[in-house]
Amino acid sequence: MLNSTAISISGLSVRRGGSLVLPDLSLAIAAGAVTGLLGPSGSGKTTLMRAIVGVQQVEAGTVTVLGESAGAPVLRHRVGYVTQAPSVYGDLTVRENLRYFASVLGVAPGRVESAIATVDLGPHAGQLVRTLSGGETSRVSLAAALLGEPDVLVLDEPTVGLDPVLRRDLWETFHRLAETGTTLLVSSHVMDEAERCDELVLMREGRVVATGPPGALLERTGARDLEGAFLALAEARETS
Amino acid sequence: MSPRITLATAARVLRQLRHDRRTLALVLVVPPVLLTLFRYVFDGQEATFDRVGGPLVGLFPFISMFLVTSIAMLRERTGGTLERLMSMPLGKLDLLLGYALAFALLATVQATLTAGVAFGLLGLDTAGPVWLVVVLAVGNALLGMALGLFLSAFASTEFQAVQFMPAVVIPQLLLGGLLVPRERMAEVLEWASAVLPLTYAYDALERATQIGDLDAELWLDVAVLSGSIALALALGALTLSRRTP
Repeated sequence: MLNSTAISISGLSVRRGGSLVLPDLSLAIAAGAVTGLLGPSGSGKTTLMRAIVGVQQVEAGTVTVLGESAGAPVLRHRVGYVTQAPSVYGDLTVRENLRYFASVLGVAPGRVESAIATVDLGPHAGQLVRTLSGGETSRVSLAAALLGEPDVLVLDEPTVGLDPVLRRDLWETFHRLAETGTTLLVSSHVMDEAERCDELVLMREGRVVATGPPGALLERTGARDLEGAFLALAEARETS
Repeated sequence: MSPRITLATAARVLRQLRHDRRTLALVLVVPPVLLTLFRYVFDGQEATFDRVGGPLVGLFPFISMFLVTSIAMLRERTGGTLERLMSMPLGKLDLLLGYALAFALLATVQATLTAGVAFGLLGLDTAGPVWLVVVLAVGNALLGMALGLFLSAFASTEFQAVQFMPAVVIPQLLLGGLLVPRERMAEVLEWASAVLPLTYAYDALERATQIGDLDAELWLDVAVLSGSIALALALGALTLSRRTP
């Protein structure tokens, strides 16, 4: 299942506000798997995700998604993106938000209710988004990305501030989607989410420190947990 | 662009307004109240009220829609919804026309209500047909909306966005001929007013309410006004980029 590549990046460099956020990044992301993008805050995860979605101005390099150049018009139906800050309308209800995005995506209105159910917002469907809690609001944003059943889902820290039970359920949803062939790229700065991923990309200071399945990274470093593996890999890189 | 997405966008903008009853009430109630105020400020000077009152009915929608759109678009830009829409199969024209449609509808209600109060209750006289004043008002609303959308790209906070109102709207009102006829201004200002779109909006409204002839001059004003709306929308479209730094 992990034999094909959904996203390939080569020589990507991005400058934001005068500083080189991604100096020269190359990476391949497997199709039909949940890939975790891990690294501390400021390591360039969001910039990399924006480049994959095609909303980031890049300085050099190529980003190919499903065989097309990132941001190509055909990809607007096939790539779903959830930003870190929930990008939904606070002055609309949950359902009104999703109905609007559904008609922009051209998907059946019935998808709205199933997306609401997936993120467990049924009881709040008729509530104005600005009256929801932070976690609930980010779930509305996630539901909007699930509407179009995209082939690639790029999720920037989707589980921050969520109830542990819901977090587990969402990770199950991510894996269920991957089983049906969806490629997921999920960023997190919490290492305990790393073990839930099929593949990992560890980032630090705009560079990829290591890639591979969680088990292989543990084995390679001999660390007890992924936090330890990250430290070992980051230090090995600094001394080399 | 697609009619489905354009209509869905217009419906969404109207739905947002429906949830914001206070803004809706202010947009609809303030212009008639202000006109009533004008009526009694010029108590006993019916001629003056007749001169400025008619054009004001058509100018209020410009001010309201400029303000509402600049804040609404600023929120789309800073709240991330614009970025989300730009990563979806939505054409820039869908967004622009969706907003235009929603605010044209709101402006029609606003102008009809204001015109009803002005020409019905306050005894304001117009030489031309009332419908023409309402149509010109909707045109001005679109101009305000398009300028607000464009200028929202240059504001990073709502404080900045509201300051564009006095900066952009008041000079145009002053130079457009509302207070003093243009030919009586300093010559430099008369030239400056010739390149400001609201000058033509005011001129059209003045011709419609004072002279009442649907003459060539009026249609020239309408043509300039339409061109200005198209230009402002095009400039607005340039500020909607799919890729940002």
